[in-house]
Amino acid sequence: MSGAALASPALRDPAWAARVFWLGAAAVLLVPMLVATEFTPWVLVEPDNLKVTLRFLGDFLPPKADAEFLAMVVREAWRTVAIATAGVFLALLIAVPLTLASTAALSVSSLSGRMHALPFAVRQAVRWLLIVLRSVPELVWALVFVRVVGLGPTAGVLAIALTYGGMLGKVYAEILESGELHATTSLLRNGSGRLQAFFYGLLPTNAPELTSYTVYRWECAIRSSAVLGFVGAGGLGQQMDMSMKMFNGAEVSTMLLAFVFLVWLADLASAALRRALG
Amino acid sequence: MNDSISRPADAANLPFKAPPPIFHARCLACWVMLGVALLVAASFFSLDLQWGRFFSLESMQRMGRFFGELLAPATDARFLGKLVVASAETLAMSAVGTLLAAAFGLLLALPASRTHEQDRALARSPTRLLLNALRSIPELVWAALLIISAGLGPFAGTLALAMHTTGVLGRLFAEAIENAPPAPAFALRAQGIGEGRVFLYATLPQIVPQLLSYTLYRWENNIRAAAVLGVVGAGGLGQMLAFHMGLFQMSETSSILIAMILLVAMVDVGSYFMRRLLSR
Repeated sequence: MSGAALASPALRDPAWAARVFWLGAAAVLLVPMLVATEFTPWVLVEPDNLKVTLRFLGDFLPPKADAEFLAMVVREAWRTVAIATAGVFLALLIAVPLTLASTAALSVSSLSGRMHALPFAVRQAVRWLLIVLRSVPELVWALVFVRVVGLGPTAGVLAIALTYGGMLGKVYAEILESGELHATTSLLRNGSGRLQAFFYGLLPTNAPELTSYTVYRWECAIRSSAVLGFVGAGGLGQQMDMSMKMFNGAEVSTMLLAFVFLVWLADLASAALRRALG
Repeated sequence: MNDSISRPADAANLPFKAPPPIFHARCLACWVMLGVALLVAASFFSLDLQWGRFFSLESMQRMGRFFGELLAPATDARFLGKLVVASAETLAMSAVGTLLAAAFGLLLALPASRTHEQDRALARSPTRLLLNALRSIPELVWAALLIISAGLGPFAGTLALAMHTTGVLGRLFAEAIENAPPAPAFALRAQGIGEGRVFLYATLPQIVPQLLSYTLYRWENNIRAAAVLGVVGAGGLGQMLAFHMGLFQMSETSSILIAMILLVAMVDVGSYFMRRLLSR
């Protein structure tokens, strides 16, 4: 193809050399990465592996559907939702005070020029605390708390509370600072307290965005609470983990369907909630 | 409160407007809030949360000891070497997973999009269903499933990232294809050029920047996901973490946690500067 293209100057691809160079560079980069990830697709079709996989997948149909098992799935699905809801509620208890402490929108000293040194330092410290809380993945918190409080939903609730507390706090502060500040600064300039300025100026202007972000995070929390079960924090994930370890395809397929259904429901509920409150 | 406001004298017939009641039956937001409150209460009530055990002296001591041990990270050269290898493995897992996902996502986005008015797009709904199924199962669940067929190690993790991300990117790519400005494609189609070349010469060049930015964004997410994916045995830093934590080797655990947080922080800083660079 390139030979034909090179024959006529009008048809020559001016970027040919650059394309070849970058493709070559990508290949050189890709090889060590493939080695590092032990990228060996053929193990998937080795007879031994294939037999296990096919038996497991063959078990998927039909999904297990006896009444006792379904009742267990419903109970565990509710526990997954409950862990997420309780976790997000505790996260709010962490996030709201920290947001109030860290948002620059409620700073009195920055109304006239720069923020003073001490409030600036306090705000920055709170912001770093939020970043640290947020940057440890919830799965790691869950591993830690499973060690301390033992298997069960407590670890999951605490893990979600800490990570989501950091996440919500950071984003809340950003939302409050990026919104319309006129009403708030007017209130602060005219001598109202910070809490008054928050409740009458900052909160009403930003309420729709704050609620819709919170509801979105609740939806994410349901997904992650199912995942937390894999390290022993209760809910649907824990049951799924057990069934997978026993290679019980029928149970796994029922629970996967239940999980997909749950995520879909949460998606619907969160969209409806955002429409109702937004 | 309202009575104390003095009215101007000339507005004698100012209509008095009662403040709205706090709650009335048609207030949708009130009902929603009530529902949310009930949901929260039911959640706390139905979970057997062991706060007593969590706040007990014994578990406080255990927690204190735990975090105390975490304060002395292992720093011997051999272990640090292993840590660097695991971090590189995590990065490689995320990169290869994202690359596979971008390729398969684009392949699946083609049947999942309706490119022009007369396009019947018969495969659109089934492909979208497949993409949704891939997307709604989290990476970690994929990893746990794929370990059964791919065995323990980073390969299962890479495939798991690729599966979930294919669902996400496929859908985003399909939307990008459908929203691309139609005029160039229409011009080529009017000349009787086949669909394949119409896509390559009219649609694709317009959406490449968007595809790249979606892919980079997912790569960023996947680095974070890859760091913890190993907890179920799918390679990278997470597998090391699960291993050393299981053996209660707290100083090693602490080093791994620090490496994880550093990796995530580096990704955050890197993406922040990339965004600033690109948006300028």
